[in-house]
Amino acid sequence: MSSLAVSTSSGTSSRTGVPAVEVRDLRKEFRRRDRRAGRFARRRMPALKGVSFTMERGECVAILGQNGSGKSTLVRLLSTLLIHDGGEARIFGHDAFRETRAVQRLVNRVSVEASFFKKMSASENLSYAARFYGLGPAQTRVKIPEILERVGFPADRRNESMENLSRGMQQKVALARALLTSPVLLLLDEPTTGLDPRSKLEVQEFIKAVRLEHDATILLCTHDMAEAESLADRIGLLDRGELLFLEPVDAVKRRYGVETLEEAFFAATGREFEAEGDEDDEIREVFG
Amino acid sequence: MTALAATVRSELIGLGGIVERNVYLTKRYFLWDLAFMVWTIANTLTIVFIARAVHVPAAEENVLATSLLVGAVIWAFLGIIFEFVTETVAWERWEGTIEYTFMAPLSRSMHLFGMGAFAVLYGLIRATILFFVVAAFIGVHMPDANFGAALALIVIASFSFIGIGMMTSVLPLISPEKGAQLGFVMQGMMLVVSGVYYPVSVMPHWMQAIAKISPATYALRGDRASIIHGAGLAWADVWPLLIIAVVAIPLGLAIFKRGERYAKQHGKLKRSG
Repeated sequence: MSSLAVSTSSGTSSRTGVPAVEVRDLRKEFRRRDRRAGRFARRRMPALKGVSFTMERGECVAILGQNGSGKSTLVRLLSTLLIHDGGEARIFGHDAFRETRAVQRLVNRVSVEASFFKKMSASENLSYAARFYGLGPAQTRVKIPEILERVGFPADRRNESMENLSRGMQQKVALARALLTSPVLLLLDEPTTGLDPRSKLEVQEFIKAVRLEHDATILLCTHDMAEAESLADRIGLLDRGELLFLEPVDAVKRRYGVETLEEAFFAATGREFEAEGDEDDEIREVFG
Repeated sequence: MTALAATVRSELIGLGGIVERNVYLTKRYFLWDLAFMVWTIANTLTIVFIARAVHVPAAEENVLATSLLVGAVIWAFLGIIFEFVTETVAWERWEGTIEYTFMAPLSRSMHLFGMGAFAVLYGLIRATILFFVVAAFIGVHMPDANFGAALALIVIASFSFIGIGMMTSVLPLISPEKGAQLGFVMQGMMLVVSGVYYPVSVMPHWMQAIAKISPATYALRGDRASIIHGAGLAWADVWPLLIIAVVAIPLGLAIFKRGERYAKQHGKLKRSG
């Protein structure tokens, strides 16, 4: 493979000339307790059924899907948090399941839950996360105030415990945490779910700014069709573990001869698209 | 070579990050830790007071009290190490940070050593305070004590304790609800065969055989000898600890990695378990 290596801040090569993300026939299933079949019986629940797609460097792709569609499973597979049952996934040419360390240096994520040590401050949480990526105190002393300012986090609250911050504020810190390590692939798993409209807009504007200023590739998993349409170059629909389409929004509408993505969803699945509640619902449904 | 140096630097920064995080959390939970310290002191007193109830000459009573005190302090020290290392997973899961930590490019060995390093430092501070507070309260005399040798032996023993702790730290990955408690089962079993409050010779032969592979046996024996009789660091206690550490650390890491793989296959590496 002839490719030019581009060094990231973390020192891992993100090869140019190869797709940012290459997923081929990716499969994952979980075993779920099946009480009807016996006390200890389990049945297999497919979460992803042979998903294939490619993303180019700098592209933003949105994957739409309802609870249990497999969006979070996809993100967790690409984050090296799950081991697949079949197929392959490559991040800038690195095998996501065999070259995990190389992949981990290239990827970061923001999920629906901000997830921090609640007694620690935003600065302390960011320091802790940055150390895992090899950023020492001298670097974080400069970078953390910079990145918090960029996400619009007030300077006078940097040393306040996370538990005292609003959900919107916490999600800004989560974005800062993801960007602090300069990832070339950013996985956004429902980053605006549960946020108030203002915070949601701020986060979305920030994602747009990140695309312009950084050379980041973004995979956005969401159930918010307007958000997907506004942020993504291409939109995919994941339904019950199958990727039904992945193309620019206009092409999707043309394909189904419809005006909106909601109508496209109905045309593709034969069901209404229902707004989701909590991301954990998906996990419960999949894992039982 | 430069790439290797960069990797080593990055790993050491990660290890430092784990210690740094625990320092932050210890500061935040200081008052809770203080309350727990009071409980540990009270618990230790209940054990050391037994020496007062045994009617023997004063010199023998002093030796018995010191011996019980050493056992109780090492129990407390081990408890802290097991608590920290076992909670490597449990605490992250509770806070919800587990996915971010496990998707970060830090080797699991550095991750676990970071937890172990902080546990040893923190455990030593607490064990020292506990030892001297209870000794002063009971009025134990230790005119010949060689505290330097006792401390050195505990530090050497810590490597094997961390190795065994790594084995148990995988349990919350496999059983998110009850895994952490099983770490304390391991701690209790290790101490019961190691002569925590009695000589190993009073146990049945099969337990004495198990005592030979427990690092706590050598830590307890050596520390009692140093504090009661002023003995120096004995090679007879050091070499078994080094051998156990050389076996326990790679074994602990291997077990943890296997548990992590299981968790990744079954989707247990997440907040809700």
